[in-house]
Amino acid sequence: MELVEAIILAVLAASTPLLIAATGELVTERSGVLNLGVEGMMIVGAACGFAGAWLTGSIFIGALFGIVAGTLMSLIFALMALGLAVNQVATGLALTILGVGLSGLIGARFVGERITPAAHLYIPGLTDVPLIGRVLFGEDAFVYFSLALIVAVWWFLYRTRPGLILRACGDSHVSAHALGYPVLRIRTFAVMFGGACAGLAGAYLPLAYTPFFIPGMTAGRGWIALALVVFSSWRPGRLVIGAYLFGAVTILQLHAQGWGVGIPSQFMSALPYLATVIVLVLLSRARTGGSTAPAALGTVFVPDR
Amino acid sequence: MQVHQRMLDPTTNGLHSGETPLLRTIGLTKRYGDFLANDSIDIDIWPKEIHALLGENGAGKSTLVKAIYGLIQPSAGEILWKGQPVALSGPSEARSRGIGMVFQHFSLFDNLTVAENVALGLDGRESFKDMSARLEQVSKTYGLPLDPKREVWQLSVGERQRIEIVRALMQDPQFLILDEPTAVLTPQEADQLFIVLERLKAEGRAILYISHKLEEVKRLCDTATILRGGKKVETCNPRLETAASLARMMVGGEIKEVKAAAGRQTTVPRLVVNDLSLAPSEAHGVRLEHISFELKGGEILGIAGVAGNGQDELFAALSGERLSKDPGTIVIEGLAAGHLSITQRRKLGAAFVPEERLGHGTAPRMKLSENALLTGHAASGMVHHGFIDTAATLKTVDRATETFDVRKAKRDPEAASLSGGNLQKFIVGREILRNPAVLVVSQPTWGVDAGAAAVIRQALLDLATAGAAVLVTSQDLDELAEIADRIAVMFHGHLSAPLATKEATREKLGLLMGGSSLEPKEAAHAVGA
Repeated sequence: MELVEAIILAVLAASTPLLIAATGELVTERSGVLNLGVEGMMIVGAACGFAGAWLTGSIFIGALFGIVAGTLMSLIFALMALGLAVNQVATGLALTILGVGLSGLIGARFVGERITPAAHLYIPGLTDVPLIGRVLFGEDAFVYFSLALIVAVWWFLYRTRPGLILRACGDSHVSAHALGYPVLRIRTFAVMFGGACAGLAGAYLPLAYTPFFIPGMTAGRGWIALALVVFSSWRPGRLVIGAYLFGAVTILQLHAQGWGVGIPSQFMSALPYLATVIVLVLLSRARTGGSTAPAALGTVFVPDR
Repeated sequence: MQVHQRMLDPTTNGLHSGETPLLRTIGLTKRYGDFLANDSIDIDIWPKEIHALLGENGAGKSTLVKAIYGLIQPSAGEILWKGQPVALSGPSEARSRGIGMVFQHFSLFDNLTVAENVALGLDGRESFKDMSARLEQVSKTYGLPLDPKREVWQLSVGERQRIEIVRALMQDPQFLILDEPTAVLTPQEADQLFIVLERLKAEGRAILYISHKLEEVKRLCDTATILRGGKKVETCNPRLETAASLARMMVGGEIKEVKAAAGRQTTVPRLVVNDLSLAPSEAHGVRLEHISFELKGGEILGIAGVAGNGQDELFAALSGERLSKDPGTIVIEGLAAGHLSITQRRKLGAAFVPEERLGHGTAPRMKLSENALLTGHAASGMVHHGFIDTAATLKTVDRATETFDVRKAKRDPEAASLSGGNLQKFIVGREILRNPAVLVVSQPTWGVDAGAAAVIRQALLDLATAGAAVLVTSQDLDELAEIADRIAVMFHGHLSAPLATKEATREKLGLLMGGSSLEPKEAAHAVGA
């Protein structure tokens, strides 16, 4: 029983950064922008988040540092891809390369340092309930925040007018412009939100997952977050399921190796990507018309004035 | 002629004396670099007026209405709204002042619902629920039925336009701009639209109506302003003009009349379709049901019908974009071709011009010479031993340019940089220069100005005269009447028996387009019902 509980806790911890980063990217892509720089924004968020927490001794300030760092990174992307209408794929890839280098530079000073990781909730009685107590009432703040965030994003996208306008920009920037909506401004905000989420997701790693910073510690989670958005077919509900599924696969493959299951670890690591491909195939088969992806995704928009 | 004079200067017009126009532009100018899209345009719009804005593609109509709707800022000149100068910062300001617009290329969102689309066109001061209720009410009042919950991609073109119009009406505009609203409508749908417009006029609103269809303008509009090359040429009463005189003002000269050569001979059957049935490729496509016809050399067969009744599917089956299991269902030049690919069919002498100019007829971001190669590589000597003969592809562009008067900025620009009419002339020209035995062309003059349309129609007639078999799918009945020898109608995937053009009255075609069958003696084997 304790093993099951330990596995569930590990899965939640592994899924949370995926969920936060993917939530941000989902909003970005829903506005019609494809930012492939999630990995880069995450790793800079990780380095800055750790630096903030180590310097101030506050996890909260560390998280803020991560958010600000991710947002600043996303502004570089916004300047290039929206302001100067550069190809979004190329800009996103460049952002990742930049982020990996930058985080090494910022984090070099902190390699080998340790901090006290984010505290876990403890409610006497509730948290002590066997099996589910710690899972439901003993998580760190990031876990609860990530779930609140995705609910808020769902509500924003489907229940508010700004959310409708954002989705409209992702469906047809030409129409949105013709109706007088400031497409580029809306997209810039969406990109910034994506950057803030990626930065926070990155900061989660040294602040809560492991209490130290090592270069390259995001280890491809940004790419998984990108795959997750596609996996979820751009819907918040499916995103939660996908994030926990992917988190579970990551953890289970570790345990599988521990139990001596004779499957190469590389194959297990590739499972999330394989799952994405399969989901994409199934979605395209089930498709009855219209498009699952935001129709304007990744296209450059230059308004005429 | 007295009335005509009055209309030239509406400020002294007895009808409007003592009033200010609803909207007036004074010296409105829009400059893009060195190019003057609008050159000092003065126009007056009065309440209770349907005002036509005429001009060829590139005459500056769209620029003018975009400036009036606040989408672009004029470089010089003034816009007066109810006598007061206004600077419109954007469409939402225009809307709040009472200016509405229905775009030619709909400003709709395919993956959003009708209600969401309407909400996006409003300023969001009422709740979504109230808006939905009002949407239902407005669509009922004006007889424009809409289902608010459906997503736009599921709707026909006519329904999409209804969304645009209802959306504009929900702002209760005093002035409504319509950019080529009937270009995509059937005659019956257009008639319904005219009823709505007459009603809006009776309610005291003003309408600015952009159209290429001059008969329609004569029937509907009280005033017409004609633009040419960015300048205002004339303001007149279209009811006192003829279609020909209006066209002269638009073009600045005579439009060549489309003429069929006398004594055109029909020869052997060159395109035969035998009992072609084909399941749709997408969930919302149309199934082709037992389509049969025979098309001889020297003959033009027109296919009429409301869009979305299987014309696209028929084109795909004829062009080889979709293959038929039974090769014998499509016979080109006497050879069973139902199973052959597009390239193999081209080698048999067939040529195809699809409806969509950008993205189907041409690759938008590729040069014209590359686009020429895309359809000509198999049978036009542009490829030698696997290598592209660049000189030959350029020569094709030059020949098409010369023969069909394609106007473009440089010798070999990107396809997307050409205006619609010029690109269509290039595409049709590219296929005709291959001397096809069979030409299948879909909507040859959709959204093309009068001059270019005349060139294209004449080219199709000349091709038939030279002995080719030509199949034209069009929603423009006047166009089919002008060039086709026989006209058949598509409805729900069935093709009616062709009628000789002389006998194909608008009423008969309208009945077939609505799915009714004709009297047995007139079309005994019609399968349209």
